[in-house]
Amino acid sequence: MDRRKFIQTTAGGIAAGTAGMYGSSALAADDIKVGSIHDLSGGLDIYGKPMVDALTLAIEEQNAAGGLLGKKVALVNYDSQSNMQKYTEYAQMAALKDKVAVVHGGITSASREVIRPVLTKNKTLYFYNTQYEGGVCDRNTFCTGVTPAQTVQKLVPYSMKKWGKKVYIIAADYNYGQITSQWVKKYVTEGGGSVQAIEFFPLDVTNFGPTIAKIEAAKPDFVVSALVGGAHMSFYRQWGAAGMLKKIPMASSTFSVGNEQVVLAPEECNGMVLSYNYFEKIATPENKTFLAAFHKRFGADYPNVTELAMGTYQGFKLWAEAVKKAGSIDRMKVIEALESGISIAAPSGKVTVDGDSHHCILDVSLAEVKNKKLDILQTFAQQAPSDTSAVCNLKKNPADNQQYVIKV
Amino acid sequence: MTAFRESPWSAVLVMLLGVMATLAIPQWVDDFALIQITIYVVMAILAISQAFIWGFSGILCFGQASFFGLGAYTYALAVVNMGESTMPVLLAIALPGLFALLLGYFMFYGRLSDVYMGVITLTVSLIFFNSVNSTAGPEWRIGNAPLGGFNGIPSIPPINFPGNPEDPLDAIAFFYLCAFSLIAIYGGLRWLISSRIGHVIVAIKENEQRATLLGFDARAFKLFAFTLGGCIAGLSGCFFANWGSFTSPTVFSLGQSAQIIVWVIVGGLGTLVGPIIGSMAIQWLTTQIGTQQTFNSNLVLGVILVVFVLLVPKGIIPSLGDVLQKLFGKKVAKGEDA
Amino acid sequence: MDLALIVSVQVLYAIATLVIISSGLAVIFGMMRVINLAHGEFLMLGAYSAIFATKAGVNLWIAMLVVAPICVGLFGIVVERLIIRHLYGRMVDTMLATWGLSLLCVGLVTSVIGNTTSGVSTPEGSFSIGAYSVSFYTMALIVIAVVLLFAIRWVLRSTDWGLIARGTMQNPGMADVLGISPTRVYSITFAVGAALSGLAGGLLAPVSGVVPTMGGSFIAKAFITVIGGGSAILAGTVSASALFGLINQLATFITTPVFGEVALFIAAVVMLRMLPQGITGRFFKGSL
Repeated sequence: MDRRKFIQTTAGGIAAGTAGMYGSSALAADDIKVGSIHDLSGGLDIYGKPMVDALTLAIEEQNAAGGLLGKKVALVNYDSQSNMQKYTEYAQMAALKDKVAVVHGGITSASREVIRPVLTKNKTLYFYNTQYEGGVCDRNTFCTGVTPAQTVQKLVPYSMKKWGKKVYIIAADYNYGQITSQWVKKYVTEGGGSVQAIEFFPLDVTNFGPTIAKIEAAKPDFVVSALVGGAHMSFYRQWGAAGMLKKIPMASSTFSVGNEQVVLAPEECNGMVLSYNYFEKIATPENKTFLAAFHKRFGADYPNVTELAMGTYQGFKLWAEAVKKAGSIDRMKVIEALESGISIAAPSGKVTVDGDSHHCILDVSLAEVKNKKLDILQTFAQQAPSDTSAVCNLKKNPADNQQYVIKV
Repeated sequence: MTAFRESPWSAVLVMLLGVMATLAIPQWVDDFALIQITIYVVMAILAISQAFIWGFSGILCFGQASFFGLGAYTYALAVVNMGESTMPVLLAIALPGLFALLLGYFMFYGRLSDVYMGVITLTVSLIFFNSVNSTAGPEWRIGNAPLGGFNGIPSIPPINFPGNPEDPLDAIAFFYLCAFSLIAIYGGLRWLISSRIGHVIVAIKENEQRATLLGFDARAFKLFAFTLGGCIAGLSGCFFANWGSFTSPTVFSLGQSAQIIVWVIVGGLGTLVGPIIGSMAIQWLTTQIGTQQTFNSNLVLGVILVVFVLLVPKGIIPSLGDVLQKLFGKKVAKGEDA
Repeated sequence: MDLALIVSVQVLYAIATLVIISSGLAVIFGMMRVINLAHGEFLMLGAYSAIFATKAGVNLWIAMLVVAPICVGLFGIVVERLIIRHLYGRMVDTMLATWGLSLLCVGLVTSVIGNTTSGVSTPEGSFSIGAYSVSFYTMALIVIAVVLLFAIRWVLRSTDWGLIARGTMQNPGMADVLGISPTRVYSITFAVGAALSGLAGGLLAPVSGVVPTMGGSFIAKAFITVIGGGSAILAGTVSASALFGLINQLATFITTPVFGEVALFIAAVVMLRMLPQGITGRFFKGSL
């Protein structure tokens, strides 16, 4: 085949393929469209894939129950490829071209702050379902993930009681890690303890040898880790390799969100204490039904349903509930329905929207890593998002639109 | 065909087509498509900067992202501090240019050659990336603007009409700004290449020793080309920060530099209009790939690139040129440069 | 005293790591002048090979030292045949093709294997130097790096194949005249380079998070080391690794890992400016 033929065939093929891609999406004209912008490739896909799976299941369940307002719900999925520019493009596409009713998406705080202004400007409702550092105050945005005042506030006192008062903090170097480490410091100090050092690591650091040596020299009672991403997993490997797990215990506000406990061996992470809204071992009847359905849909050997995946599932359910209450998918009507305090019985327990702060009141549990599973230690019911509530009241200031950096 | 391609008339033709397209596009497409086309234009400016310094000056720069990122951050930090956008735009052109001047001086006057230069430029972009990536703490700020580390700088104020901060450019006006900048830069570069300075630069690329023996200071000319490329990349960065209203350290990343190189190679090294088309084609392609779930985006793009290299190695424009030549052109005598 | 010992161990470890990850690239770029942007992905494939072999029951050390290199070496032969062979002498096209290859590998592994894989934990446990723990694996890697260097030197200097390879690289026309097929030599050399990268990946699997995108973090450092080293494969790699590893670890100890990386990069830039042909362009000239 000579080059000319090749160019012609390729051009024709691309054109046909593209037409095919548009044609095959099979969206009927009056379907309700739900946009999803998550990373399914690139370095952050360990977080994104379970989230999209959970969203797919939620939508299929909704359609099996008769759809929403009598119409079918259709998922419009974008893979942002761990690329900020793509996040912006897809947010614009979802709002302006596909004109979806709501966008569920964004994983890192960076990606959220990229698509939030785009969606607000283009009047498309936005649900951010990932646990984060708190403080987002925007009438168009609802955050269904846990914030430090809900999780860290339980994690630190428990760890201090169990292990001691001298704490060493290591965190990912971006605003989630920066702010969360401040929260850890606050609760440590309030509990009468002391923080020996706080160290930050950019997301691609893989060499932790010197850090481990420094931690050993400081002799803390326990270490708090807010490390994020695939590269930071090497810390846990190297920590285990140096035999540190038996000497110095660890608590974490991010471990297991990327299913690290499945990738690492038990001797590299057993005994770690975590605190989130959802664990697979939660004993609510909703969770049993959910897990059965999830494994039926995605396979019995699915690694572990992560906190972020459940956040997305619950986020969709909250939105669907609000649409039913409002009787319409019109943005303002749904927002007002949400602000009136919608509640659902979710697999993690009862989830209620706090209308003032646009965050959620959630059950929070403490758990321990044991042989690739997460065993629940204690559950605290209905924790309010007090960190964001302290600075954000959208009933009083509906025009507020920023992320507060909460002074700790 | 070659004669036409190198004559001023081809430049005029391309510019004319560009102007017509620019005026026509906002009438025909909806808001979303316009915003999409704008980012393609912005990246085309970046592609053209690399195409110029590589295809015409022979400088293999693996870190053009440094200047792109510098432009984006300079604009962002300056506009947050100053409130009005004219000065920040000028700074976003000048600062990367200044840095290119210093880096170029460092490299060319040290007589570094191709691969080594590639590594140094790559390393410099990595230095930027790693440094800016670790500025997440609140103590890292320039004036009123926190650098933000990995999160970057969100909510950047857009370019406004000069002197009037309350009057930002809307989507159409911003598109005009980017598109006419691209056309002007293209025209300017074509004019430069056909001028005496341009001829010397190309001569240096072809055979540096010979040019030096003929009495031209190769280092100075390369430095000039490199600085110009840096300024153009900086402008592209400034527009990018405007388009997305944000900037983050990924503008300095290895992936970004590699992308620019891919655009130039796909479009055709040695032409200016090729990389423009190459950048638009690849970006459009990756966006499309991301909207379907059957195949992993990396997989599809990787296959396309490999197949492309094996079957269309010269790039789109030169290959098209060959095709047109076969169809319309006069017979080319053996040995003549096609 | 303890601190000094531990710092030395860490420095040696950093140097050993650089040697291990750069050796494959040193062979491919140093001998064949092929810019292989898929080097990081060869590493990744080696790591995954080692993991799957271990999970299938093979002893960890055999998986890392034997299975990984063989798998990636075979993959290297396929790649060379299908892609690289057509592009010799065309540096620009090789860059594009290998960049496409790297995307392809990442995409393929992600699609087939997914991004949550269990890995292998570091074998052998740890021992103490005073108040500090050091893992035995760290020491093992240092030893392996040294052995590797000697092995490469032995092959290149003392075996027929090494001689043929070096001769062909220097003057393929003459080698052809003498009855040696340059295409076969290139093919085997590329495969050997790939195998070395696979070995590196296998060795690093127990100390990194093994995900399909792990290659990206290694490629920049490997390139900087190989090119900073200059034209001599071994002497260049060793000297560049020693210099950069030392600077990186010392800076990391004194400040933070980030600044350690930045220090390595700045050192590379300065060094390349002073020695534009790499280290072995000026020192150790004419050595292997």
